[in-house]
Amino acid sequence: MRCGDFKDTYIRDEAIFQSVFVKVWLALFLVFLLIFPFLVNEYVLYIANLIGIAIIGAHGLNLLTGFTGQISLGHAAFMGVGAYTSAILITRVGIPFWWTVPMAGIMSAFAGVIIGIPSLRIKGLYLAIATIAAQFIFEYVFMTWESMTHGIRGINVPDPELFGFQFDTEQKFYFITLFFVIIGTLYARNLIRSRVGRAFIAIRDRDLAAELMGINLFRYKLTSFAVSSFYAGVAGSLWVSFMNIVTPEHFPLTLSIEYLAMIIVGGLGSVIGSIYGAMFMVLVPELLKFGTEFIKNIPAFQHIFAPLREVVFGALIVFFLIFEPRGLAEMWRRIKNFFLLWPFSY
Amino acid sequence: MDIFLQLMVSGIAVGGVYALIALGFVLIYKATSVINFATGEFMMVGAYICLTLLTYLKIPFAFVLVFTLAFAFMMGIVIERLILRPLIGEPIISVIMVTIGLSSILKGLAHMIWTADFRSFPEILPAEPWNLGFAIVPSALKWGFIFAIIGVIVFTVIFKYTRLGIAMRANASDQQVAQSMGINTKIIFALSWSFAACAAAIGGIVIGNISGIHPNLGHVGLMVLPVVILGGLDSIGGAIVGGFIIGILENLAGGYIDPILPGFKEIAPFIVLVFILMIRPYGLFGKKIIERV
Repeated sequence: MRCGDFKDTYIRDEAIFQSVFVKVWLALFLVFLLIFPFLVNEYVLYIANLIGIAIIGAHGLNLLTGFTGQISLGHAAFMGVGAYTSAILITRVGIPFWWTVPMAGIMSAFAGVIIGIPSLRIKGLYLAIATIAAQFIFEYVFMTWESMTHGIRGINVPDPELFGFQFDTEQKFYFITLFFVIIGTLYARNLIRSRVGRAFIAIRDRDLAAELMGINLFRYKLTSFAVSSFYAGVAGSLWVSFMNIVTPEHFPLTLSIEYLAMIIVGGLGSVIGSIYGAMFMVLVPELLKFGTEFIKNIPAFQHIFAPLREVVFGALIVFFLIFEPRGLAEMWRRIKNFFLLWPFSY
Repeated sequence: MDIFLQLMVSGIAVGGVYALIALGFVLIYKATSVINFATGEFMMVGAYICLTLLTYLKIPFAFVLVFTLAFAFMMGIVIERLILRPLIGEPIISVIMVTIGLSSILKGLAHMIWTADFRSFPEILPAEPWNLGFAIVPSALKWGFIFAIIGVIVFTVIFKYTRLGIAMRANASDQQVAQSMGINTKIIFALSWSFAACAAAIGGIVIGNISGIHPNLGHVGLMVLPVVILGGLDSIGGAIVGGFIIGILENLAGGYIDPILPGFKEIAPFIVLVFILMIRPYGLFGKKIIERV
């Protein structure tokens, strides 16, 4: 710990912004985020939007898996529920995009609670398997409920608009994403330092002990599922309006796994970790694409990109789990501490 | 009635394969408390190795089988040593995710080496459907069933009656006691993975014979989850019974519900899985876990 960094009240110890230094830097960072879209091209903004949506989804999963310790392999399914809710409400009922975002969240939260009910009896490996089943069942529903979801053809969704202003480019959509990312991050950070957040952490560390201490397991586990799926639903509904289309193939099991990979790489049980992880997992394939640009022209290697991505993805998960199980957040903390304490890093 | 019997018979044949793969799955779970989500990829790699040896070396199938099993055996040992060993004692999520990462690596590598093309096995065994009088078993299913049953019997005998099998069971029931009796836990861990990889390789060859192979064949491996949950994660007998039940159920759903709801066959086992988890989470024959603070 840094010299002279002590707190004399609990309120200060629990504060989101620990010091003036942090506040200034965050304010500068926010300004940077606001001018960022005017400095870069469409492609970078496209990636930025994807990262933003991934951050929201990763926050949700990290609350459930990282903080509450309930492993979910069905996160993509909840995103799908949100995405379809939003798409159907916009195209069928004609509700504006802005209203469909919370509605999608609520619908997903509802689905999440239903899937969360078995979590009272089963946990760990068994729960992970139950959520896989949920993933497959939801995927199947998206595929076969033709009258609602249009099956494999999917639903086309128009761009969001506000007072006649069309959010039709990557640049304009960036601000929507940024808005939701900031709200989502603040809420997650805040939730963790509240009574609910502490209950989550207690359940993760030892659920039976938590119950003995008077934490209502059923209620808090379901809360965790609901909040997590709410995030997923919001991410899903942003995703449809960004991509302008939704089909059942957009929310496969591999996406759920990708989200788990994000929070593991970023740092389980760390709000900032979800952000690092989401950025990392979205950027790696893109960087890989640049890295393999030169071999693309050799015909023999043309088929190598997609599988290479898979190998790198798997290798990253394995690497992080073995060498840095607490993820990028921990790595960053260590590097920061090294320089803070240098040259007396004892 | 004819259709029913036909569905039952092919269900039993497919169930045999599920039972074999589930057996490998349960072996690993019993020995190391790891759920191996890469089971399907083990199958896929085994099938590809077998196919490659068959098409390039053109040696008799019996030798190919031996080579494939030897390869799977080595693969199991290497994977256990490099990837699973460092994670002993880590939280469940790490263990689950590491096998998922492994499956992604294997799938990608297979994709690179063998490309994404769909391939089918050459005729290795006499193609002759099996006429039972009331139902006909297609040749591929027939051989699959025979191989699966041989596999199941061999592994069960090893597990029940050999010195090694007893050591494995001792290790599963209490690691510390087993160690103090002079059992080398590390070797048991490695061997469990090797045996599971061998079982999966046989399963992969059988499935490859029935439906052809491509890098996504590993998806079949997920079907093993309903099987082991139904039978109980730590029960060898449960894996076998569960395999047959799920195989039959899947085929019946395919025959009777698919015409109304297309594709229902694929998810029927998972719906069953959800119900089992709600009613009897430890499965038909699994050990009920009692938790204490």
